[in-house]
Amino acid sequence: MVRQNWRRFKTVTSSKFKVLSSKQQRYKSLKPFIIALWLSLLFLPFKGLNAALIFFVVSSVSIVLLRYLLRYKKLLMQGLETLSKKTRYSLFVTNYSLPIVRYGLLLFLVILPFLVRDYFLDVAVLAGIYIILALGLNVVVGFAGLLNLGFVAFYAIGAYTYALLNTKCGIDFWSALPFSIGLTTVSGFLLAIPALRLRGDYLAIVTLGFGEIVRLILNNWDSVTRGPNGISGISPPVILSISLGKLSYYYYLVLIFVLLTVFITKRVYSSRIGRAWIAIREDEIASSVMGINITMYKLYAFAFGAFWAGLAGAIFAGKMQFVSPESFTFMESVLIVCMVILGGLGSIRGVILGAVILVLLPEILREVQLYRMLSLGAGLVLLMIFRPQGLLGGKGVSLRC
Amino acid sequence: MFLQQLLNGLTLGSVYALIALGYTMVYGILELINFAHGEIYMLGAYLGIIFLAFFTAIGLTSYSLSLALILTFVLSILFCSSYGFTIEKIAYKPLRNAPRLSPLISAIGVSIFLQNYVMLTQGATDKVFPNLFGAAGFEFISVRMTYLQLFIILTSIIVMIALRFFIRKTRMGKAMRAVAQDKTMASLVGINIDTVISITFIIGSGLAAVAGLMVAMYYGLVNYFIGYIAGIKAFTAAVLGGIGSIRGAMLGGILLGLVESLGASYISSEYKDAYAFVVLIIILLVKPGGLFGKAELEKV
Repeated sequence: MVRQNWRRFKTVTSSKFKVLSSKQQRYKSLKPFIIALWLSLLFLPFKGLNAALIFFVVSSVSIVLLRYLLRYKKLLMQGLETLSKKTRYSLFVTNYSLPIVRYGLLLFLVILPFLVRDYFLDVAVLAGIYIILALGLNVVVGFAGLLNLGFVAFYAIGAYTYALLNTKCGIDFWSALPFSIGLTTVSGFLLAIPALRLRGDYLAIVTLGFGEIVRLILNNWDSVTRGPNGISGISPPVILSISLGKLSYYYYLVLIFVLLTVFITKRVYSSRIGRAWIAIREDEIASSVMGINITMYKLYAFAFGAFWAGLAGAIFAGKMQFVSPESFTFMESVLIVCMVILGGLGSIRGVILGAVILVLLPEILREVQLYRMLSLGAGLVLLMIFRPQGLLGGKGVSLRC
Repeated sequence: MFLQQLLNGLTLGSVYALIALGYTMVYGILELINFAHGEIYMLGAYLGIIFLAFFTAIGLTSYSLSLALILTFVLSILFCSSYGFTIEKIAYKPLRNAPRLSPLISAIGVSIFLQNYVMLTQGATDKVFPNLFGAAGFEFISVRMTYLQLFIILTSIIVMIALRFFIRKTRMGKAMRAVAQDKTMASLVGINIDTVISITFIIGSGLAAVAGLMVAMYYGLVNYFIGYIAGIKAFTAAVLGGIGSIRGAMLGGILLGLVESLGASYISSEYKDAYAFVVLIIILLVKPGGLFGKAELEKV
């Protein structure tokens, strides 16, 4: 009797489970197409019926593929992890790496102008400027954990200071550089004093507002900045009466500054100040209990980050020999933030990699340049979902604040 | 002159208030600055132009203008709500338990994506919204009010009253307030958090769509980057009123509109866009909680 009942119970439940699971199965296999249909419905008014149909096919295929890939997410992530570990020891120069690798890389960078066309050198100079910028922002976002969305304002201040000093007062690059850097550092301090009383996301908005205000001033203060027309005729730096206007000379100048930036930020990162920043990033309250003056160290982070932006700005103005507010939009800020996040918050090698990738990629993929910002936006979302620590970021670094 | 500017400010402010409501509702529930919200507003304006052009093409506009307008509004709201819903599902839901900055960066990504999406599909040039109301209006104690301005102010007031009713009196509104207070407790008493969050995004996006459409009518020109600046201004309005507070967002929006239009006429119109940022920085320094906000305790 009991056994019979038990059997009946078993068959009933198992059949029930079977029905449920097959239903679920059907829904599961249909789900990509439902999602694709929904997305193409949203797409419909913007480009018409034909485009929406194509969109449906493309998106359903890509969602199916993505789901297939997600099944192996763990494996992929492990692969990326070992890759990033490996690159740490081979591709990028560390204390552990062989001197051959280190000096080989350096030698490669030094003889680069003899190997490539001027066009590529131009890209390399741009990449160098962005590396300095990204390393500067990395101090603020990666080390101290403060999201700064108006970083481009410091870059603009640095560039305009040099541009104005040079064109209005005839001061050369090397005498103007301290003023450029000094002014940006001071403005970093001035912004930080009010902004640092705010919590993470408010801070992001206030810095964004600061960036926008600086751009508006540059755009509208016609008597000084010449408004949207910008300032032209800035002279390039001169060393021993040799003008660095030539691209290969300028490349070496940028290379030296990049190496200097890497060297100093690395030193600072492992110094007392750097450790204090990391402590604040990981836990503000605990670090204040340990006797770290939080406001003071955050101020340092802001000013130190701004310092590099000022340097990059002056180099940029010297290279372009022209500055206009158009170069300092919010999108530029976002691009620098992307470099830092893509490479890995707080990882100096990662940030360099991120900057190089984001400068090189649109140059290599010329045809799809229109889609550059589109994919950058989508990439940010995907990165946050699947790998918030970036390509080379360690596990310990988090986006906490 | 002063009264005229006051009226212009009120019109602008009621639009800001509508967008600010979306920010404040999402912030109240998710503690997330929904960067993509301004983009939804921009989508609303574009969708309005697209649907109106469609109705003109099939001859509905010449048959009955008001029917075409109503349908345009309804369709734009539906589509924007769907966009808001989808964005939440794709970009924010997987990050619900992530550190605070992750969803913010994800939201910036969505915002950039939508801007370029509209630019690529609709072109980078300005789009023109057909002038339906003309410049017709009436004089009222030396102030000239167009019918369009009246329409914008009245629509905003009606929508805001409806929203207030929804949040105060209905079951779902009650659930929303509960989730805003304490997510864990709300889920323990049987409220489906995911549904509430979805509804919040749907309502907020619908409000943004209304705002976008009305601005497109008011200015007649739409561009793919209007969402960014309007989003920041609306966020300022939300902070001004105290973020998370519904009536704060309404009042903040109107105040900001007044500040902007009075500032543009009495100080300098070139820095029109900067006033919002200055106001934002001042409030955050002087009274970070806003007008109706509560002082926030930092949780350990």
